[in-house]
Amino acid sequence: MFTQASLFILLLPLLGFLILILFGKRLPRQGDWLGTGFLGITLLLSLWLLIVKISSHSTEVFSSGFTWALIGDYSFTLGIMIDNLTVVMLVVVTLVSTLVHLFSIAYMKDDVRYSRYYAYLGLFSFSMLGIVLTSNLLLMYIFWELVGISSYLLIGHWYEKKSASDAANKAFIVNRIGDFGMFIGIMILFASFATFSFEGIFGALEAGELPFGSTGWLTAAGILIFCGAVGKSAQFPLHVWLPDAMEGPTPVSALIHAATMVAAGVYLVARVFPMLTADALLLIAYIGAITALIAATIAITQNDIKKVLAYSTVSQLGYMIMALGVGAWTAGFMHLVTHAAFKAGLFLGAGSVIYAMHTMLHKRHDHTTDAQDIRNMGGLRSKMPYTYVTFLIFTLAISGIPLTSGFLSKDEILAGTLAFSTLNGHWILPMIAFLVAGLTAFYMFRLLILTFHGKPADETGHQQIEESPFVMTLPLMILAALSLFFFYSFNPIGASSGWFWQALERPLSVVPEIVQPAAYPIFYQAVSSVHTLAMVLSVVIALTGIAIAVLMYHRKKLDPAAAAQKAGFLYTGSLNKWYFDEFYSKVFVGGVMAITRILRWFDEKVVDGIVNATAPIARGISRGSGWVDHNIVDGLVNATAAGASQAGGLLSRIQSGKVQTYLVYILFGMLLLGIFFI
Amino acid sequence: MNLQILLSIAEPGLNHFLIVSALLFSLGVMAVLSKRNVIMVLMGVELILNSANINLIAFSRFTALSLEGQMMGLFVVILAAAEAAVALAIVLNIYNRFNTINLDKISTMKG
Repeated sequence: MFTQASLFILLLPLLGFLILILFGKRLPRQGDWLGTGFLGITLLLSLWLLIVKISSHSTEVFSSGFTWALIGDYSFTLGIMIDNLTVVMLVVVTLVSTLVHLFSIAYMKDDVRYSRYYAYLGLFSFSMLGIVLTSNLLLMYIFWELVGISSYLLIGHWYEKKSASDAANKAFIVNRIGDFGMFIGIMILFASFATFSFEGIFGALEAGELPFGSTGWLTAAGILIFCGAVGKSAQFPLHVWLPDAMEGPTPVSALIHAATMVAAGVYLVARVFPMLTADALLLIAYIGAITALIAATIAITQNDIKKVLAYSTVSQLGYMIMALGVGAWTAGFMHLVTHAAFKAGLFLGAGSVIYAMHTMLHKRHDHTTDAQDIRNMGGLRSKMPYTYVTFLIFTLAISGIPLTSGFLSKDEILAGTLAFSTLNGHWILPMIAFLVAGLTAFYMFRLLILTFHGKPADETGHQQIEESPFVMTLPLMILAALSLFFFYSFNPIGASSGWFWQALERPLSVVPEIVQPAAYPIFYQAVSSVHTLAMVLSVVIALTGIAIAVLMYHRKKLDPAAAAQKAGFLYTGSLNKWYFDEFYSKVFVGGVMAITRILRWFDEKVVDGIVNATAPIARGISRGSGWVDHNIVDGLVNATAAGASQAGGLLSRIQSGKVQTYLVYILFGMLLLGIFFI
Repeated sequence: MNLQILLSIAEPGLNHFLIVSALLFSLGVMAVLSKRNVIMVLMGVELILNSANINLIAFSRFTALSLEGQMMGLFVVILAAAEAAVALAIVLNIYNRFNTINLDKISTMKG
């Protein structure tokens, strides 16, 4: 029952994609209702699955599959697996996807490729659901790439813009780098265990088998698979593609680049968590922490509303990865879910603002003002009340203020990092985590204040701004409701008593005991002992961040320009995104170019030189053979001909044409014959 | 000895005829090979034919053969007459064509 229902959930968006890509333009309203309706059905099914699964089959794992191919002794099995992780992810994906479908009806209205847009959304939903449902790494890798291609297609939706097509290419190529590592990791596991399925791999590890007989290889495999997550979840050092991906339509950013696809990396790490060794997890935690810090420091100086949210996403993804790395598995995954709701909401809210700004600018025939720059906004609160209120709730949630969902998950993450450091002394991790919490609160309120509060940048334009239509505000309201605490736990200050925490317990590690991370009971005890401290600290730090933002941008007590001046290179560095793009462009693009130049030189001088040197030799040889041909072979032929001609000339003298001469010959011939015979 | 020769002339034998025939043949060949005029060449051919006739008849007379030689001789005479007619017709045509019957001038087949 579960497997059939989930298969239906998986295939319905694919069907929608096929119908829309083939017949989309001929359907009434270009088929937007079809895509939205299909996703709505999958959402209802997923919700039903979630409720049934968590309430009555909480500990069971359902799976089903078939043998796809047999090659020699290896069999490749395709299949689906449903546990609590899967059903929660199903709801997240289908919910955000449905709301984005709904939102796009208004946002993408009159777009030139409206039906194709919906088709690609369907393709994306299908691929993402595939990642969630699959029971083995091979199938996951296939869906992983499908997600990559649909992301590419959607980022490049407005491909007439050079920046959009460049961003699409960048996203795809940078992702491929991570996927390459992931593929090597998968192949290491396959080479040693001859299976791709999670169950098979974990089973083999539990039985004491190791890849190539060493824990080092196991760590390497774990880190390489994590590379895939580094690419998809935009972790340092491959985080550069995500901010550029904001060139796509804003609902796409909400769906793919905030809530679901970028969460695929986190989901992958959560999935393979049992096979990760302590060393691999430590590296994962540090990568997450570095990402969170870098992205948060960049976000505080950006002026494009979507760029701020993009860096905020990168930062929050770093949080999740860090949480998984320190062993706060449930907290990390819970943050994925809560973040999906409020970050999708933030993006859709930003979409609503951009839509309003764009409509206003369009009415005034102003095509030079940037509709996404927060310096051109301000005071939108009074004109867009629904957007404002929901945006405020999302901002409170991401800042980790109590009574929101973000508080529950973030607080658990902070407690987790703190507990981790008490167990093995990596103090830098909780320090970064708390610093990032403060920065997050600061830049999110900076964004909120500059957009919705204060004086409008353009008074006359401000008068013409209108609230977005209902199909756009409805998803915002639903997501705002989901950003409140009671959906996840009835206790507003502790997640651990809620259904979510109970249903999703950290899976047991299957790696050999000497390389295992701290066992869950020990970890849990450490978390419990620091939990109150972490909670108080996180609230205090978040409020400090908010206070600074309010003082700087609302009350104008602190001058941001002076602060920027004082920060010096820190400010310029942050403004220029720590020069990652420039660095990559110099080192990798430039490096490849330099190698290309060297190769070209080699080609031109050495290879061409050899080729050019062989030419005179060949010419000499052919000249020689030509001479032989001309003089000896032709000579022989000509000599024969000349001989024949000479002989003919000589003999032709006999043919004098005089009958009497012939008679003489005849006579003498007769005489000779006579002499000879007689 | 001389008497014998004289006697043999009075009473000619086969050899006498053969000698005459050989002389006649030689004269004929001489004429055929050396005369420039086609008519003269034809006359040489007649001489050769007649030398052959003498031979035929002589052999017929001096051997055990009956009249076969003479018959053959008669045939030759008839054939010679026909041959002369054809040959003279050819000569006429040659003359029409080349305006000469000098064999040295008629050498279009020269290689």
